[in-house]
Amino acid sequence: MSFVGLSPEEEQRMLRAARVERFEDLLSAVPPGVLLDRPLPIGGPLSEIELRRTFGGWARMNDADGAVSFLGGGIYEHYIPAAVNAIAMRSEFATAYTPYQPEVAQGTLTAIFEFQSMIAELTGCDVANASMYDGATATVEAVLMARSHTGRERAMVAGSLHPSTLAVLRTYLDPRDITVVPEREGRLQPQDLRKALGADAACVVYQHPNFFGLLESPEPVQRAAREAGALSIAVCDPVALALLEPPGRDSNGATDGGPSPGADVVVGEGQCLGNPPSFGGPLLGFFACRQSLVRRLPGRLAAETVDRLGRRGFVLTLQTREQHIRREKATSNICTNQGLMALRATVYLGLLGREGLREVAELCVQKTHHAARLAAAIPGYRLAHPGAFFREFVLECPVDAAEVVRAGRSRQILPGVDLGSFRPEWRRWLLVAVTEQRSAEEIERWAEVLRAGGRR
Amino acid sequence: MKFPNRLLLEQGGPGHRGPELPRCDVPVRPLGELLPGVPLRDRLDLPRVSEPEVVRHFIELSTLNHHVDRGFYPLGSCTMKHNPKIDDELASFPGLALAHPLAGDEASQGSLRVIFELERTLAEITGFSAVTTQPAAGAQGELTGLLLIRAYHRSKGEADRRRRVIVPDSAHGTNPASVRLAGYETVTIPSEEHATVSLEALEQALDDRTAAIMLTVPNTLGLFEPRILEVTKRVHEAGGLAYMDGANLNALVGLVRPGDLGFDVMHINTHKTFSTPHGGGGPGAGPVAVTRELEPFLPVPVLEERDGSLRFSYDRPRSIGRVHSHYGNFGILARALAYILANGPEGLRRVSRTAILNANYLMRRLSESYELPYPEHCMHEFVLSGRGLKKYGVKTLDVAKRLLDFGVHAPTVYFPLIVEEALMIEPTETETLDRLDHFATAMEKIAAEAREHPELLREAPLTTPVARLDEARAARELKLRWGVGDKAPIPEPRETPIRA
Repeated sequence: MSFVGLSPEEEQRMLRAARVERFEDLLSAVPPGVLLDRPLPIGGPLSEIELRRTFGGWARMNDADGAVSFLGGGIYEHYIPAAVNAIAMRSEFATAYTPYQPEVAQGTLTAIFEFQSMIAELTGCDVANASMYDGATATVEAVLMARSHTGRERAMVAGSLHPSTLAVLRTYLDPRDITVVPEREGRLQPQDLRKALGADAACVVYQHPNFFGLLESPEPVQRAAREAGALSIAVCDPVALALLEPPGRDSNGATDGGPSPGADVVVGEGQCLGNPPSFGGPLLGFFACRQSLVRRLPGRLAAETVDRLGRRGFVLTLQTREQHIRREKATSNICTNQGLMALRATVYLGLLGREGLREVAELCVQKTHHAARLAAAIPGYRLAHPGAFFREFVLECPVDAAEVVRAGRSRQILPGVDLGSFRPEWRRWLLVAVTEQRSAEEIERWAEVLRAGGRR
Repeated sequence: MKFPNRLLLEQGGPGHRGPELPRCDVPVRPLGELLPGVPLRDRLDLPRVSEPEVVRHFIELSTLNHHVDRGFYPLGSCTMKHNPKIDDELASFPGLALAHPLAGDEASQGSLRVIFELERTLAEITGFSAVTTQPAAGAQGELTGLLLIRAYHRSKGEADRRRRVIVPDSAHGTNPASVRLAGYETVTIPSEEHATVSLEALEQALDDRTAAIMLTVPNTLGLFEPRILEVTKRVHEAGGLAYMDGANLNALVGLVRPGDLGFDVMHINTHKTFSTPHGGGGPGAGPVAVTRELEPFLPVPVLEERDGSLRFSYDRPRSIGRVHSHYGNFGILARALAYILANGPEGLRRVSRTAILNANYLMRRLSESYELPYPEHCMHEFVLSGRGLKKYGVKTLDVAKRLLDFGVHAPTVYFPLIVEEALMIEPTETETLDRLDHFATAMEKIAAEAREHPELLREAPLTTPVARLDEARAARELKLRWGVGDKAPIPEPRETPIRA
């Protein structure tokens, strides 16, 4: 299959206009020895029919083709309203370039502005950018921002942070500049953080809800960071933020009566807003912070303005932070963001709205807790951690979690994430997520898998 | 009169809402009981709109965009080619789109097969030994490549000394930005008179502190480096490695393998060469290809085949670690594989051949109305200069804005930095001759307008949904989000303008 429309006669005409006789004459700068003289040993060409057959075969090799999923760990299968796909598939959004010519990109720019607005609202922050690659790289960028803002090197990281996020941090930073504060009972204990915090700390990174699904205590963590002169970076789940006190908001009514600082930066993974799991990508990192940090913000940023005739319009702004202008002095090397994923999130948030998103979050809480109650009543199973959780919890199994996963596969159930794949000492732990999509009947089938898989 | 464009928050109100959710079918407990002691929010000021309002809103917005399915996009270095529709369909198959990255290898053999096939295919196309699909975009691919280079020098005990990366002055801005992020220092070398690498400048910059050179081939002027084999040889002799920025791979695919040019590592922009949709600014994907020497350092996990089944291996003690939460932008990678398989070996060759032919045809035609600073044959793109129009008080920016009135997107302007008033034009292979001619005619007409009606250009665009926007005001006022209670501006009644 070819996507070129060019007749031999046209080709001849164009070669003449290009002032050569043969195509090869155009390649005079290429050393002759490196020109390929044989076809590449790759597959194809395939027609659409053959492509569908090939990819259809691969799709069927995945359990996702038909199984009921209780998988989470940062990627969630929430319902995606039909209108999200219908709008995001539009050529006008999908096949447009980055909006560098704003006069012919108001669709994209307005949507980015709305995305920024909704993320700022959810996180309680002053501003948000146009998106990052994923939650992990958004976290890295937040740490880099904190380092350049404070002039300090060290990142204090909660042990309850997603292990993959920590892994990406270790790749980008010198691992010696990272201090992990071990979790206790699955959560970051503020007193542990206080003890570990030194004068070299640029930031404190915590996840809320954390990797185990547990809710952290943002207020004392943020206060400790503030008192140590470090920025606090909250890694959040945007669906949970429909219910939770937004971490970016400063408040006056802290538990001990004093004013309480919000998180300076709130980042996270936005895949759960209208994007399919897609085997872990493309995802949607989001990045929100205080207005005072805006000039250190990585990535693209849309702003409102007016055109020559005084009509409202939107443009990319503060581009002097970015690599295509500032080169080695840029705040980040990021260029491409996740535009289409951000659009999907914007449409999703528009459709669900203030009531719908809350309902999704509440359904998750109800169903997750229902599942946890069922599981805890099955002999041999127990919740691994005490404390409040949102739409995910760790179940300690009487056998290796891998065996429960295996029992599920034969029943078309993906019962949870085998945490043994992260750490051997977690091999009995199953991380279970229950979204609003799971029905009571599916949860019952899941419990049946636990009963079957848990028998030794 | 057109209905005014309003933001979502400026529409709807109480009682307007989108799709319903199912009633809770498990026993409901009070939230306070399930989340004891957890501070909950008192308000959430998201929009309140119905599905028809949402759909109208975004469809109205969509009509304000230029996009490649509607018209020509001669953006140099961006490779805005046709995106085959079948690729989107394949990536949306539920078995692929709903696949969860933590389902485990056994449950994910289909996804793993897609990644494995793409890695193998990209290795063949680029002439390298192995590929990682983790980087989410070209810039992240650059960083990954530099971290691999750093790990290589570390393994030789030379990491502390080799801290410099040579970058020509014609390079993309991401190159020096990535260099800094990797903890390296950029050494910029000037291009010689033909805008390619000056061996003299290279020789002066190379020493035992050199970690690597980063080169774009063809370079950002669309010119192939004629002495590329000599360049990579000298870098290797100095103990450095050669990184290729694959942004312009569309000129080489099926024709030249970068691995044969002496490079050690490169990134590939799937959203350029392999035609995955740009999405209004992403998602892209930036797989990185390496030689056998750099393979041990690739990000974990690494895909391995054993007895016909695939699994991820984390057993790579010398790996640089992860650069993505999972395995990269899978949905984009699947589209890229579909594109490659649809084309096959001959089709890919036709891609680069036609891209080069289209660019040379346009370049010769436009050289009659604009200055062509480098008259050599180009590869897939070329750069014109608009400096000849300055005497009429017209800038390259004005030419770019006026093009929008012809239903054509502007070229890349003011880049590369080494050409004054640059217009960087990349037609790609999917534009047909009649479209190229339409663009050339528009450019010629604009050159004539510059002489006869320069004020027209300075006011352009005249027919777009909005006129030129006040960017200084945007940066000064920094209104980056809506405010609660904001009202839509009252639009003045206006007729739909007549198209040029």
